Amino acid sequence: MDDEPLVIAGEKFGSRLILGTGGAASLEVLEAALVSSGAEMATVALRRIDPRAHGSLLGVLGRAGVRLLPNTAGCFTARDAVLTANMAREAFETDWIKLEVIGDDRTLLPDAVELLDAAEQLVDDGFVVLPYTNDDPVLARRLEAAGCAAVMPLGSPIGSGAGIRNPYNLAIIAEQTTVPVILDAGIGTASDATLAMELGADAVLLATSVTRAREPVLMAEAMRRGVEAGLLARRAGRIPRRRYAEASTEFGGMAEWHRDTG
Amino acid sequence: MITVIVNGEARALDKAISVDELARSLGAGPTGVAVAVNDEVVARSAWAATEVGDGDRVEVLGAMQGG
Repeated sequence: MDDEPLVIAGEKFGSRLILGTGGAASLEVLEAALVSSGAEMATVALRRIDPRAHGSLLGVLGRAGVRLLPNTAGCFTARDAVLTANMAREAFETDWIKLEVIGDDRTLLPDAVELLDAAEQLVDDGFVVLPYTNDDPVLARRLEAAGCAAVMPLGSPIGSGAGIRNPYNLAIIAEQTTVPVILDAGIGTASDATLAMELGADAVLLATSVTRAREPVLMAEAMRRGVEAGLLARRAGRIPRRRYAEASTEFGGMAEWHRDTG
Repeated sequence: MITVIVNGEARALDKAISVDELARSLGAGPTGVAVAVNDEVVARSAWAATEVGDGDRVEVLGAMQGG
């Protein structure tokens, strides 16, 4: 139904849903949710290896055939994020990086200054940088100008499920940006993903809303359909909002009935 | 005896060992693992030839679920 693929740094994706892998109760649930979501790319974090860990996340992602998108989750400074990105490149043999540089551990909101600094360094170093950013059109423009392959504004704080708090800013970012705009963070349910696409996002990245749903596999399917519905609706063109009704049925040709005035 | 800090924990070793040996001792597979010594990334191709000595800080990182 959607012939036009999403293109990021020259790579084509049939699916416009990117799945974050955090929060799943087990690797089995994650694998089933991945398949159900139809996602072709999934994020992965880098942490100290645990010799006692059982099961292989990379095995799951390999079987699902998704492209790996390593992230720099947990980094508070440009220096840490750049080092983590270099470790990820070495570990996963990919130049792609979801750049996260947070400034506060309660809100997990991006630190704009460190983020832009890290983005510039990583672009210079040949990375394909997908920055998780504030819903700030000016910062989005700066990140695009720095050479980022996409911009990924938040809808609301990570894991909050609070949806898209500033739809106007998301629409402005989508309108002004020539690289793909990926709504990242804050999605709570399928209608949020639909709204993101209706507002002009090219794709949606979500994790918690699927992995911590009561039925993750079912929610993954809902998200897939939600993203598709939003894209279709945007292409179809919504009607303008009006204060008063506009009858969809003609008044002309109405019968005249004799009222019984008794 | 030498002491190496591996993933935040002090480890006593008889002598300097290679990054390759150290990573394998932690269960590192053929892919999906990166090592830094004193905040410098060590390319996989250099693991065998890079020695870890007394006082070195080593980070051995791998894939984990994360958004």
